Amino acid sequence: MLYREVGQYKTSYAADQALLPILQDRIGIVVILLIAFVGVPLTASDFTLNSVLIPILVFSLAATGLNLLTGYTGLLSLGTGGFMGVGAYACYKLTTYFPQVNIIVLILSSGFFAAAVGIAFGLPSLRIKGFYLAVATLAAQFFLSWCFIRIPWLYNYNISASIEVPTKTLFGLAVTGPTATSVTRYLIVLTIVAVLTLIAANLVRGRTGRTWMAVRDMDLAAELIGIRLYQTKLLSFAVSSFYCGVAGAMLVFLYLGNAEPSSFDINQSFLILFMVIIGGLGSLLGSFLGAALIWGLPILLRHAPAFFGLSIESAKVDQSTFMILGVLIIFFLVVEPQGLARLWQIGKQKLRMWPFPY
Amino acid sequence: MHLLYEIFIDPFVQMGAAPDLLVQTLWDGLVSGVLYALIALGFVLIFKASGVFNFAQGIMVVFAALTLVGLYQHGVPAYVALALTIVVMLVLAVGVERLILRPLVDQPEIILFMATFGLTYFLIGLGELIFGGDPKVMIASQLGLPSGSYRITMAHGYVQLQKIDIAAAIIASLMVAGLGILFNRTRIGRALRAVADSHRAALSVGISLEQIWVIVWFAAGVVALATGIMWGARSDVSFALEIIALKALPVLILGGLTSIPGAIVGGLIIGVGEKIGDFYWGPLVGGGIESWFAYVIALVFLLFRPQGLFGERIIERL
Repeated sequence: MLYREVGQYKTSYAADQALLPILQDRIGIVVILLIAFVGVPLTASDFTLNSVLIPILVFSLAATGLNLLTGYTGLLSLGTGGFMGVGAYACYKLTTYFPQVNIIVLILSSGFFAAAVGIAFGLPSLRIKGFYLAVATLAAQFFLSWCFIRIPWLYNYNISASIEVPTKTLFGLAVTGPTATSVTRYLIVLTIVAVLTLIAANLVRGRTGRTWMAVRDMDLAAELIGIRLYQTKLLSFAVSSFYCGVAGAMLVFLYLGNAEPSSFDINQSFLILFMVIIGGLGSLLGSFLGAALIWGLPILLRHAPAFFGLSIESAKVDQSTFMILGVLIIFFLVVEPQGLARLWQIGKQKLRMWPFPY
Repeated sequence: MHLLYEIFIDPFVQMGAAPDLLVQTLWDGLVSGVLYALIALGFVLIFKASGVFNFAQGIMVVFAALTLVGLYQHGVPAYVALALTIVVMLVLAVGVERLILRPLVDQPEIILFMATFGLTYFLIGLGELIFGGDPKVMIASQLGLPSGSYRITMAHGYVQLQKIDIAAAIIASLMVAGLGILFNRTRIGRALRAVADSHRAALSVGISLEQIWVIVWFAAGVVALATGIMWGARSDVSFALEIIALKALPVLILGGLTSIPGAIVGGLIIGVGEKIGDFYWGPLVGGGIESWFAYVIALVFLLFRPQGLFGERIIERL
């Protein structure tokens, strides 16, 4: 009743092909953006911003990157952690060499380094398909993890092999380093994520996205109708690694403040893969939902006993978190194998008919 | 020029100069190869019969070993603990079939793969909760496994062979022989091969898929237990073992995902290749290349023979 496109007439092709053709969708997005940009900084606590919202946004960007590669192009990749690390270390070296350049420019440029590495490790993708490609990306992950430890130039020959983020300012406000407030960091992360998601949404709507989806559905047929497989797959690796690289740079510079080589190991890759699968392969909304669930759930579980007034020792809580996470992953996969985004789609479909059953 | 010499000539010179070191490295490689092969065996079993890539195989190894040691530490005699652990693996197999495989029948492989991820997390949490996270010592001697080593003098030095490694090799061969007999000579083995070929065809001739899956996961569980015992006897039982399971992936690639002899051969090749590569070529790049060298071997292999040494040819149809 409230959510319909009846009565909304389009009078030009451009209007018909708009990103959000339904008025209610547009109002909804504006409301969400208002809440995100204005409401949250005014009302949220430091803890919520620092430990919940910023990492969820950063991981959703990485999940978007992986979703572009695995969900839209069908190339299973287990190297996400490594690509994020490339972005982070590239940004760190860029700040070392160009200390006066704007930090946002540096974060975005580090994505290009990650894209280059992504292309290098995507080269086997023409010969190798499916699960075997995952093993090739696993090789990339382990090799990059090894590089982060064994190439001292990357972390400026620091003895502990970790990198510390220098304080950078933007318009006079500190945005990175220990003095930056969580509100400033949150707003910067939100802006970068919003802009890059808009770009991704337009990419998948257009010709590029359609070639990717054709390659995913059946690459032999795609090649037959004239799609250049190699270029498409490499472009997918490049764009996906760009997003992962930017996410990695933001993870270190705007969330953690420092990084060790183990911050970008195989567990990180699995974490992002979880987010993508639970959220929904092939759906940008799914990246956000998956990131929110996978990141937010352990935090919820950790604080649940205190909320209910029970006192359980923290080690047992951690282990129970693992168990509950495992059970929930299986549960979500059984209930809706196509992910949370599909649940949302079903919900929207029901919303169109509401209050009628069909 | 010097670099070329270092890469292509020097390692072989070193090999010739100290043949006892070479044999020792080869032996160490074969030993770790046998252990990789055992892990890969579990993967192959489950993949052959249910088409699921069981990421939880690594944690099943750890869980089985932990159960065994945990039971022993609570006062259960060694062989009784062994029997009880086998029962636990059977219960686990039944549980997995009921709660994961049955609801997810017919889903794409990636979903089943992710479900085994969930199983991994669940088993990690359960294992830590019940047994605690600190490393434990495997009850190798109580189970009748030998300790100590043989020393063989050769060339200008000597080679040391641990008895437990020889025992591991023997047990692995026995297990492979046993599995071979199971698959090729028994009715259940025929049913397993039928299910591996096509689920629907197997159903239509009356094979109970659920029973087969329980059997195959139980077999993989027993293999995991044996692997856990062998690994634990060489180094303590801890959750770090789980990452080693990832090493089984290059083995599977090399040998073919659906072949038991392939798992063995692949394991040996990867084990030897990794050790020799790390020992003779590792110092050139700063050492510690064991973590990714196996994958590079597998990758190079994939480019030339995508189905592995013994796997079925991948045929794509429009």
